[in-house]
This record gives sequence, structure tokens and C-alpha cells, in this order.
Amino acid sequence: MARNNKIEKESFLSKPAIQSIMASLLCIVIGLLIGYIALLIINPVGATEAIITIIKNYFTYPSKAAALKYLGNTLVKASPLLMCALSIQFCYQAGLFNIGAAGQYVAGAGASLFCALSLGLPWYVCLVAALLAGGIFGVIVGLLKAYLNVNEVISGIMLNWIGLYTVNMLLGGVKEVSSPYTLSIANTNPGALIPSLGLEKLFSNNKYVTIAIPLSVIIAIILKIVLSKTVFGYEIKATGIAKDAAKYSGMKEKKNVIVTLFIGGALAGLGAAFLFLTGYEQWSVTQSSVPGMGFNGIAATFLGGLDPIGTIFASYFIQHITSGGSYLDKNVYPSQISDFISSIIIYLCGFVLFFKFFLNGRIRANKERKEGGNK
Amino acid sequence: MALESAYAIEMLGITKRFPGIIANDNVTIQLKKGEIHALLGENGAGKSTLMSVLFGLYQAEEGVIKKDGKVVKINNPNDANDLGIGMVHQHFKLVQCFSVLDNIILGVETTKHGFLQKDVARKKIMELSDKYGLKVDPDAKVEDITVGMQQRTEILKMLYRDNEILIFDEPTAVLTPAEIDELMQIMKNLSKEGKSILFISHKLAEIMAVADRCSVLRRGKYIGTVNIADTNQEELSRMMIGRDVQLVATKEDKTPGDVILHVENMTVPSKLHHNNAVKNVSFDVRSGEIVCIAGIDGNGQTELVYGLSGLENITSGKITLSGKDISHASIRERSLSGMSHIPEDRHKHGLVMDYSLAYNLVLQRYFEPQFSTKYGFLKKKEINNYAEKLIDQYDIRSSQGAPTIARSMSGGNQQKAIIAREIDKDPDLLIAVQPTRGLDVGAIEYIHKQLIARRDEGHAVLLVSLELEEVMSISDRILVMYEGQIVGEFDPKKTTPEELGLYMAGAKRKEAGA
Ligand SMILES: Nc1ncnc2c1ncn2[C@@H]1O[C@H](COP(=O)(O)OP(=O)(O)OP(=O)(O)O)[C@@H](O)[C@H]1O
Ligand SMILES: [Mg+2]
Repeated sequence: MARNNKIEKESFLSKPAIQSIMASLLCIVIGLLIGYIALLIINPVGATEAIITIIKNYFTYPSKAAALKYLGNTLVKASPLLMCALSIQFCYQAGLFNIGAAGQYVAGAGASLFCALSLGLPWYVCLVAALLAGGIFGVIVGLLKAYLNVNEVISGIMLNWIGLYTVNMLLGGVKEVSSPYTLSIANTNPGALIPSLGLEKLFSNNKYVTIAIPLSVIIAIILKIVLSKTVFGYEIKATGIAKDAAKYSGMKEKKNVIVTLFIGGALAGLGAAFLFLTGYEQWSVTQSSVPGMGFNGIAATFLGGLDPIGTIFASYFIQHITSGGSYLDKNVYPSQISDFISSIIIYLCGFVLFFKFFLNGRIRANKERKEGGNK
Repeated sequence: MALESAYAIEMLGITKRFPGIIANDNVTIQLKKGEIHALLGENGAGKSTLMSVLFGLYQAEEGVIKKDGKVVKINNPNDANDLGIGMVHQHFKLVQCFSVLDNIILGVETTKHGFLQKDVARKKIMELSDKYGLKVDPDAKVEDITVGMQQRTEILKMLYRDNEILIFDEPTAVLTPAEIDELMQIMKNLSKEGKSILFISHKLAEIMAVADRCSVLRRGKYIGTVNIADTNQEELSRMMIGRDVQLVATKEDKTPGDVILHVENMTVPSKLHHNNAVKNVSFDVRSGEIVCIAGIDGNGQTELVYGLSGLENITSGKITLSGKDISHASIRERSLSGMSHIPEDRHKHGLVMDYSLAYNLVLQRYFEPQFSTKYGFLKKKEINNYAEKLIDQYDIRSSQGAPTIARSMSGGNQQKAIIAREIDKDPDLLIAVQPTRGLDVGAIEYIHKQLIARRDEGHAVLLVSLELEEVMSISDRILVMYEGQIVGEFDPKKTTPEELGLYMAGAKRKEAGA
């Protein structure tokens, strides 16, 4: 046995965590490469500059103050994305594909804005309302799944639409007279804005930067701990990967499904409040498509290697290139190009596992070659 | 001119490592043409690994494989197939919703002008089936046929591809005694036709009955090869384990005590058909006795245990455990009331395959204060220490000990882990369904001793087994099940396997307790 240990000294590259990171980085590189090729096809002259612009995002601004300010904006939008990604990830660990995160996000947006604008409640109550609204949307999916065995993807997608139109109706009463957008919180009820506790000073007084950003990171860390260190995490994961064994061991599978979807929904709902209660965006009551945040969360969670901590970085990255895309010359390139690149990366994320497998194979082949050489 | 090699396959100096373990350490095996060559070794000795190397599922780090005396490189199962090597895996790899015929021709369909020529295929399959006595219904869907027929389908699949070298990895572990006899005959027919067979089994009697030679592995190392004609079961088990093994369990007489499990008119529905799988069954298990449910597979034993353990709801009747009514209690409540259950399907129910061995060993107890804080955090250190203790005590072998992922463990050691977990819970009632399936003789001896020790300490054991030998040697009382009912109760000292056989086949019946 002692001999074995020496032979099989695990190389740095064969550690699973390192492999996940490598695979995700590979996704990103290939995604950017394909994006670059697309830019070349549309207009070869400015392509190199364009892709650099996308990658640079806020660094395009020469002044440090401006760059910081726009870094702030990227972070403001990355935090709801992170929450949606965490929602999907948490459910995924329990073997549930929570495509309904998009609708739970919508429910959270509706509840928080309604409480803020219509009821004039303070920000923390609005946050709780968003959490509960998202959670309830999740629970509906959970109940259908647990008791009627309705597939969570189907009920999730249907609820996305129900959520969208309900929220449009609900917020119809608090919209601006001349536009489809909801009233500005800053003017109507400033107490509903999430406080910044001075954080905005770090970002050249970007008033949208609030404690929502660190809060979402803290939530990611809590989730990591819950999944890897608690009895609840043990049960959730067992139910996700071995439903029958979980049942055999006496875990309450139905209860776990419902609780998991409640938490998933609450995370997505809270994510919406993290965006709308900063005042950065207003809800358009005439929108007829479900906001993409929940769907982009799928990408972020896979790019993050299905790990809450990895997802923090993945969410930031996806938001980074999405924001970067908005700096492109709209006369030359369609503004969707950054969406295009992120979709490519999203698409490639599906291959993360494949890349991992591929890397594994390479490492083994290399080792065999080396050992062969020693003989 | 080179002499034609006498060997169909030679595996020379094969070494295969996994992180933390050398699964095959310089192993050499030579398979003669037309022989049945058995491969014997303890759980985790490296048999499946060696066969996977031959079938191209793993690449050996060292050593060469020769076919008919020529060195060959087998990188994947397709290469193996091109060389005429076929394998029946322990867990069959058939497409459930396809017919038998479609499964057999899958991947090697004959076509004419782009159309499937199923008639040609059917003819060839029926010819093969007749020639080797492999009875199958080519049009039945795989999900509807018995395990035995699924296995015959797997064998036909190899023959249809004109494979000359056939690997059987523990083919008999899932079969009924009658099916085993049939398989033995089929294997003999195949070798008579010139096929060369590699056969893995833990059952020494089977090896003695069909094999020509037997190679033994111990902890990854090659021990030797013997002619079956010159050896016996005792010598084989000594070669494999390195000490004498008591092949038949013995126990002292003991008078049973109080009733622990009381079952009254229990009825359990069936998942497969509209009839009930268990019909109005009543029996008792007392402290200090081992009661065995014997019967041919599929006569309601599985559902009986599902009903007792709570995996399935009973439709009528009453179950009492140590005086407490548990007829409709949850699985967790039953477990906490003193019931342990070694499940029939270890992969489906018994283990979370992607959890570590340590996590699996606390699958029934992770919530206890011993293993988790009152704030709901797992006590990883305590879980690990507990796992180390069980690993030691029950000799569970794996590549990395407690952190090993269950999926990578050998089949027999997975089973040992479940048994350790369930027995160590110190239950009043231990329900053990085929607990020794897939275990080596040394491990079986150990498990039998454990079951008998439970009984001697005054606990109750309900054993469900398809193996009459096991039933006869360790039980105190035998209940025979046939078509969902208990058709007879026997004292193992006063009955014979032949008599039991008649009841198991439904040819005779008497009222339980009579
Ligand atoms: N994929 C794998 N990764 C890591 N270790 C493995 C893997 N497959 C097998 N092993 C280890 O190699 C050893 C040999 O396993 P193998 O399955 O060949 O045993 P076996 O002789 O077939 O045993 P059994 O009779 O229990 O089926 C075991 O200790 C097992 O834990
Ligand atoms: Mg094996």
C-alpha cells in the first residue's frame, strides 16, 4: 500500500476542481473565438477592435473613475444573474431542472415593485415579499412534481408565462403615465431602495451599487456550505443522484422536492429584487417575453462548474461580456453580437463535462507515455 | 513456418492501476482454444478489471495481449469485437424497449437497398438458438422477459457476431438454480463447438462442474492455474483466500423467544400486473431465530420485503414490530423502531453510488446526534472515524478507504458495505435479501457467521434467499413462497431440498403453521 501511494501521487491537473476550471476556461476561449469569427464575417475590418471592446467592457473608458463607475454597473446586473444561477444550481443538485427560475424571477420583480410603489413599504419588506413570491412560484412547481409527478420543466415554463402576464397586470397601476415603465422608486418611495452603506463611494458614486452585490456573494457562500456540510445538503444531493436509495434510507423525498423548489424560487425572486430595488431598471408592463435573466442563469451555473463559488465568477464573466457588447459600434455590428457570444459560450457550457472528460484522457495518455519512456 | 498457437488468448504480465490501488499486478492468463477457463478470486481481487482490459474497456499500463500467438492492441470494445471477443457483463446492457431480435442485431444490421433484412437475421438467430439450446422469444420486448432470457439474449448477441472468445462476468449471480443448470449446459455446448470461454464465478460448485482449468487471483496478484480434474473445492478456496474456509455454516440449537415481527393477512399490490404480488400472508419471526423465505424468483418475495420495509404500501393486513403497529409507518419510523434491511438491488436502493464509502456507511444514521450537530451540520470527522471502524471490522476493500466513491468499488465490496451498515445498526429485526449474492466464499462464511451471531444474541433475522444450500444451512425455519402465498413451513433438519423444490414449484402445498 505504501508503494501505491508513491506511484499514484495525483498530479495537479487531475484534481477535479482544477479540471472544472480548465474546462470552463476552455469554453470561454472557444466561445470568444467563434464570436470573433462571426465578427470577421460581418465586417472583417473592425472585428479585432470589436472583440477587444467586448472583452475590455468598462476598461474602454480612459479615466479610472469612469471605469470604476461602469464596473459598478456590470456588478449591479451580475448580482441578479448570480442569484438566478444559484437557484438553478441548487435545484439541479436535487435532480431538478428549474427552468422556472425565469418565472420566479418575474414573480420576485412583481412583488418587490408592487410593495415598493403601490404599498410604499420599506426595502427590507420588499425583499421579503420578493423572496416569498419567488418561493411560492417554486412551491407550485414542487407540489405538482411531488404529488402529481408533473415534470418540473413543463410546469416551470407554463408558470413563466403566467407570471409574466400577472406581473404586467399587477404593475399596470404603478406605471408612468407616458411610458410603459413602472414609476421611479427614487421619486416615489426612496425608502424602498436597497441601501448602499457607502459602497457607492468605491465605484465613483455609482448610486446603483448597493449591498445587494455583496449579499448575493454571501448567499453563494452560504449555499456552498449548506450543500457540502449539512444534513440538508446530504439529503438534497442524495435525492438528486439516487432517488431510490434516498427513499430506501427514509428521506422524505416529496418534502425535499418541495423545499428545494421553494429555496430555488426564493433565490430567483430575491435576485429580481436585487436589481429592481436599486432603481437601475424599471419594469415595462408591455413586455411580452420573459426576461432572459433566469435563462442566462442556466449558462452561468454550468460555466461555473455547478459550484456556487465557481458560479460567482461565471456570472460576473457573462455579465461582463454582455455589458461589453453594448459598447460596439451599432452602425457596424448588431447589438445582439454580445448576446450571440454569450449564447455560444452557454452552448459550449453543455460541453463542459465533455471537456473534462477530454482533459482526463489527455492527462492519462501523457502519463502512460511518460511511464512507457521510463521502462 | 510458425507453429499454430494452442492459446486463443494470452494476457501476459498485465498491470492495471487505479488511484490508490494496483488492481492487476503482473497477471498472466492463458486461455486454450475450446476450453472453459474459470477465474476465481476474492471480492476486489481484480477479476472484472482484468476482463475489462481484455474487452477494451480499460487500458493496461503494462503487459501484452496475444490472440492466436500474435500481439494485438485492444483500445475499445469495437476492437475486441473485431478480434472475436464478446462479453456478457454482470449488469446487462440491453435496450429495454427493443425486442430481443432488435437487440441482437443492433449495430450489425444486415440491409439490402437500405432496408433492414430482419428475416435473414431471424433465421440466423433461430439457427443459433436451436444449435446451443438458447431459448428466446425473438419478438418479446426485453423489459417483459425474465433475467434468464435477457442473459440468453446477451449470449446470442455474442454468437450472432461470430465471437470466438466469450467472457462471462458472474453470469450466475442473478439466475435461479434451474437457469444456472441451463447456463452450464449452454456453456458446455459452446465449448464443444470450439468457442473459448472465460468464466467468473464465486460458486465453487459451478466451477467444478463446468470448467476445464481455473486461474486464481488474490489482491491483484496471480496465484496460479490448476486443472479442475486434479483439484477440489477446499483446495480452490485455500488458493484464493490463503486459509481454510468453512464452506457450510454450523450453529448451536436455540429455543426462539418472543415474537419480534408479526405479520397478519398482509396483501401487497404488484407493479407488474393487476393481481396482488403478496396475497394474505401471515407469519411470525421470533427473537433468536433465523426464518428463511425460500422460493423461485418472482413469487412475491421482493414485494413481501417491500411491504415490510415500507418501500411499498400494503393494501390490507397488519405488521407489528416488537409489539408496535408499523403497518402504515414511514420507512424512517420502521428503521428507528429497530428494523434493518439489506436490499435485493444494491445499486438501486442500497447505495448512493456517487457518494463516498463513508457517506454510504451512515446512510441510515446520518441524522443521529452522533453524526450531526443540532444545527444540522454533518460531523465529518465522526463519520469518517465510524467508516474506518466498519471498514476494518467487515474487511471492506476499496482503493482509497473511506473517501472511495462507491461506484468504483468491486461488486462484492459494495455488498459488504451495505451489510456492515445494516448489521451495525444493531436492529431487533434484520431483513436480509440475498445478502451473499456476489460474495466470495470467505465473505459468505463471514456473513453467515454474522447472521448466526445476530440470532444467538437474541435478535430476529428474516432471510430471503434463492439458494437452497444457504437456506438449508443457516435457517431455523423455512417458509416457502409460491405465487404470492406461503405454501408450506419446514424445519430444515426434517426436510430435503427435493421436498422444498416440490413446494417451490407449486406441485404441493400445505397451510403455514400446520
Ligand atoms: N473504475 C475504478 N476506479 C477506481 N478503482 C477501481 C475501479 N474499478 C475497480 N477498482 C478497484 O480495483 C479493485 C478490483 O476491482 P474488480 O472490480 O476488478 O474486483 P473483482 O475481482 O471483480 O471483485 P468482485 O468479486 O467483488 O466483483 C477494487 O479494489 C476496486 O475498488
Ligand atoms: Mg467483479
